[in-house]
Amino acid sequence: MDRDAIETVSLRWVRRLVIAVFLVVTVFPFYYMLLLSVRPIERLLLDPGSLVVGFGELTVATYAEVLRSTANGGQGFLTFIRNSGLVAVAATLLTLVVAIPGAYAVARLRFFGRRQVDFLFLAVYLFPSIVIAIPLFVVFTRAGLRGSLFGLVLVYISQTLPVSVYMLKNYFETIPVSLEESAAIDGAGRLGIIRRVSLPLAMPSIMAVALYDFMIAWNEFLFALLFLVDKPDRWTVSLGLSLLADGVEVPKTVLMAGSVVLTLPIVILFFASERLLTEGLTSGAEKG
Amino acid sequence: MTTTAPGPGRSPTRERPAPPRRRPLTLRRRESRAGLALVAPTLLVTIAVIGIPIVWTVVLAFQRVRLATLRKTGLFGEFTMDNIDRVLHTPGFAETLWVTLLYSIGGTVGSILLGLVAALVVRRPFRGRTLVRASMLLPYVAPVVAVTFVWQVMLDPQLGIVNDWGQRLLGWDAPVPFLTQESTALTTVIVFEAWRYFPFAFLFLLARLQAVPGELEEAARVDGATPTQRFRHILLPQLLPVIALLGVLRFIMTFNKFDDVYLLTGGAAGTEVVSVRVYEFLTARTDIGAAAAQAVVLAVVLIVFVLIYLRFFGRRVG
Repeated sequence: MDRDAIETVSLRWVRRLVIAVFLVVTVFPFYYMLLLSVRPIERLLLDPGSLVVGFGELTVATYAEVLRSTANGGQGFLTFIRNSGLVAVAATLLTLVVAIPGAYAVARLRFFGRRQVDFLFLAVYLFPSIVIAIPLFVVFTRAGLRGSLFGLVLVYISQTLPVSVYMLKNYFETIPVSLEESAAIDGAGRLGIIRRVSLPLAMPSIMAVALYDFMIAWNEFLFALLFLVDKPDRWTVSLGLSLLADGVEVPKTVLMAGSVVLTLPIVILFFASERLLTEGLTSGAEKG
Repeated sequence: MTTTAPGPGRSPTRERPAPPRRRPLTLRRRESRAGLALVAPTLLVTIAVIGIPIVWTVVLAFQRVRLATLRKTGLFGEFTMDNIDRVLHTPGFAETLWVTLLYSIGGTVGSILLGLVAALVVRRPFRGRTLVRASMLLPYVAPVVAVTFVWQVMLDPQLGIVNDWGQRLLGWDAPVPFLTQESTALTTVIVFEAWRYFPFAFLFLLARLQAVPGELEEAARVDGATPTQRFRHILLPQLLPVIALLGVLRFIMTFNKFDDVYLLTGGAAGTEVVSVRVYEFLTARTDIGAAAAQAVVLAVVLIVFVLIYLRFFGRRVG
């Protein structure tokens, strides 16, 4: 056998093995999360290494406890879900409204300072969010906006806006200019062109950006911690989970149920739109 | 076609008796005006929620501001170098910087290497490829609070599965407190970082790999190049620009990271990175001036590193 044949055959096996390892490494923590969330804590302490739910062990009491309101002796995650959902949806919509015109302008229209604006959006995207956090913390403390969900939405726009502009711009650039030109010849004005030609064509990309923004806002932790920590009824799911995990009172299995509650919406959204998202995220990557 | 515009110029607007102007200039000017009008709201919001806070942080870094005295301090109070001085001379400053650097480099290199391997193995179609690819993205899209919590429990000395299996199957003498002892905490955090962010590198590298023309590899194969040779001489050169870009992006993002380290270790056991330190100044000590100064130092160090990087790899990234 020559070197080529040896390499080809052995690499085929190595490849299968590596795929299997990657699958285990990426999926296992999520399986483990689900597994612990349905096992009673006593069973977990007795047998921490078990990979399956033992016979008669399965319980959903953890979920009941985590979702019940604090008044009823639960952890109040339903309120957290409502808060997170409200904040994430509002931040996503506002971001899109603000990002779309700007992204279109930077991608398509020649105007004074266009290159500088383009660079600015990229630069702020890469800026440490803790740097932004300090003055916002000061302003919000002064304005009494700390502990307000509306304030948090404003802050989340600072997290979602630059990346949204960047992704949308890359997509608008791929729409052939000729399509817009023919609409112009047919007598459409600039706004008409955007509304009837560019936006419908960019719809998949806009959806991808919306999903991405929703995920950023839903998953966000630092700002929620800075601004909401004193107001338990305003906590987001991320914040609630991390603060409860710091204490010792709540059993780990109950918190695992909380983790599942936090993760599930994102995973469902992600698997429902996987193709859309991956393409949206890397569009323009080929230009590297 | 409804237009009846005379002459060669195409008119983008409905025919109407326009005042006699020079057409190209008008078009261009109209485009410029539309561009500015459309970009203005985006720009204003960006400046309001990001631009002003950044500038303000710099201003705060040179003022004596504490949370308790906040209501009395004006925007442009007395300027002082105290904060910078205090930040540079508070014990642990150099160590924090060093830890941040190790963490950033380790996380960047680890995630890119893993992402490269992952992209290479799922490059060609096989059954279930879509599902495998989607699963590989899970660590990246899942909420950071949930995944850090799962890792904490998995690595827990009492009820974690890793220590249970390590003791039963690998013969460890005692459970290893991965996240709370100095000797393992930083490494564990770096491994977590590579695990969580390799999908980012994977996506970009896979997209680039799929854009490599098939004839290129085919020609090399016909010429007798083995798979490893084809990788070394055909694929790798094609991937290098993306790898260089990923290097700078991941480095910046890891350098700024707060959540992952804070949630895994709280900055204990020799894992205090700069942004966790900023947070400590801000909340535990309620010393806003020092927090701002520390944040400015973070940004400056970051900019210096990125400039050095671009100087060495600038041509590839560009």
